[in-house]
Amino acid sequence: MTTLLEVSDLRKTYGDRVVLADVSLTVDAHDVVCLIGSSGSGKSTLLRCLNLLEDVDDGVIVFDGREISDPRVDRREVRSRMGLVFQAYNLFPHLTVLDNCTLAPRRVHGLSRAEAEERARGLLAQFGLADQAAKHPDRLSGGQQQRAALVRALCTEPRLLLLDEITAALDPELVGEVLAIVRDLAAAGTTMVLATHEMAFARDVATSVCFLEGGRILEHGPPEQIFTDPREERTRQFLRRVLPDGPENP
Amino acid sequence: MTAEGWQPSDRELERRRLRSRERTRSLVIASGAMVVVFAGLTVGIARSPGWPSVHETFFNWEHAKAAFPSILDGFWINVQLFLIAEPLILVLGLAVALARQARSPWLAPVRVLAVVYTDLFRGIPTLLLVILFAFGMPSLGLEGVPNSLFFWSLVALVSSYGAYVAEVFRSGIESVHPSQVASAEALALSRTQTMRYVVVPQAVRRVVPPLLNDFVSLQKDTALVAAVGVFDAVFAAQDYGNFNFNYTPLVVVAIFFVAMTVPLARLTDWLGRRYVQRAFAGAVR
Repeated sequence: MTTLLEVSDLRKTYGDRVVLADVSLTVDAHDVVCLIGSSGSGKSTLLRCLNLLEDVDDGVIVFDGREISDPRVDRREVRSRMGLVFQAYNLFPHLTVLDNCTLAPRRVHGLSRAEAEERARGLLAQFGLADQAAKHPDRLSGGQQQRAALVRALCTEPRLLLLDEITAALDPELVGEVLAIVRDLAAAGTTMVLATHEMAFARDVATSVCFLEGGRILEHGPPEQIFTDPREERTRQFLRRVLPDGPENP
Repeated sequence: MTAEGWQPSDRELERRRLRSRERTRSLVIASGAMVVVFAGLTVGIARSPGWPSVHETFFNWEHAKAAFPSILDGFWINVQLFLIAEPLILVLGLAVALARQARSPWLAPVRVLAVVYTDLFRGIPTLLLVILFAFGMPSLGLEGVPNSLFFWSLVALVSSYGAYVAEVFRSGIESVHPSQVASAEALALSRTQTMRYVVVPQAVRRVVPPLLNDFVSLQKDTALVAAVGVFDAVFAAQDYGNFNFNYTPLVVVAIFFVAMTVPLARLTDWLGRRYVQRAFAGAVR
C-alpha cells in the first residue's frame, strides 16, 4: 500500500472559533475514507483544507509525497490532481453539461476539444447521462446534476477524489442513483475521502471511517468496528441517533 | 377520459361568463378614467393665461418645419456619438471592473488606477467633463490625436460612462456566487481562467438590464456636447431659437430624443422580464 495522503495535526480556525484541531489522517491508494459526524463537526472544512480552498492554521498535509500545506506550493498543480464534488453540485449554469465536463481538461490539462469531449462523453454515458450532454445543468434533476458534477470531477482523472456530502441536497429517491456511482468508483479502486450522512452506505463502501466531533477525529477505524462496537460514548450516541439499528439498538 | 370527451360543466361556463363581464367592466372604467384625466389636463393647460404665447413660442408648426433639416443634421451627430461611444464604454467598463478584481501583486498599480478612475470620473458632472476635455485637451497640443471638439467630447462621454459601467460590471461580477469560484478553483482553473470562463459570462448576463439603462441615459447625455459648441441637435435648435426668437425647435429635439430612447427602454423592460422568467423557470441560458 502506498500512502497517497497524510494529514497530521491539522488545525483550522475562523477567528476565535476552532473548526478543526489535531486532525490526523492517512489515506492509502484505493482507500475509501468516510468522514461522519453531525453538521458543523468540521467534515466539509477538512475537505476544503485538503483541496487548498482554505488555508490551514497549523499542521501538515502531504499529498503524493509532497507537502501541499507549504504556502509556496502551486495550488493549481495540486488541485489538478485532486477532484472535489460539492454538496450543491456547483455546476456552471451558463455552460452545457458537456462544456462543464470539458472546461478543466481543455484549459488546465491541455487536452484538445476532441479528446476532452471523447473522455467526457464516455464518462457521461457510463453514468447514464449520455442524453443530457447538450443540456444546461438547470434542466436536469438534482440526481442528474450531481452525477454530472461527479463526471466533471472525474474528467480530470484525479489521483484523489473528495466528495462533500454529495447526496445531502437530494431527494431520498435520488440518493440511490448517486451512491450507486460512488460504489462503482470504489469498486474500481478510486481513492476517495468523502463526508457523508449515509451511514448504511459508509458501512458498505468505506475502508475506514472517521467520526468527527467538534473539529476533532474522535474515533477512527474500520467500518465493522465503528458501526458495531465504537469505543467512544459520543460515537455510540451519534450512531444511535442516525442509525435505527445502530449499536445497542437492535 | 379523453380530451375530446370533455365538455365544460355548467359551473365552468358560468365562471367564463363572469370573467368576461369583469374584463368588459375593467375596460370601460380604464377608458373612462383615461378620458377624464387627459381631457382635464388638456383643458387645464389650454385655459391657462399664458398658453397662447407658450403655444406660439414652443409649439409653432412653421418654425418646427423650418428648423427640422438642421436639427436632423445635428441629430446625426448625437447618433454618431452614441454609436461610437457605446462599444468603447463596454470595453473600458469591463476592463476597469476586471482590473479591480485583479489579485496579482504585480497588478496592484492597475487596481489602484481603476479605483481612482471610477471615483474621479463618477464624481465629476458629465457636463463639466465635456467642457474640460473639449477645451482643455486640445491646448496640450498632443501629437497624433485629433483636436476636434467632437473627438474630445466623445472622450469625455466615454470616460464618464465608462466609470458607471465599470461599477455595473463589478456588481455583476460580485453577484456571482462564491461557490462558483470555489468550484472553478477546485478544477484547478487559474484566476484569469475562472474570470474568463466562469464568472464574467454569468456576470454579463445579469447586468444587461442595468447596462441598457445606462445607455438610455447616455443617448440623452450626448446632448451635453452642445455646451462646447459641437453642432448637435440641441445646438442646432438653440442656434435657430436665438436667431428667430422661437423655441419650438427645442421641443422638436425633445421629440427626437424620446423617439430614440423609448425603443431602447422597451427593450430594457423586455430583457429584464425575460431574465426573471428564465430565472424562475430554472433555465438560464
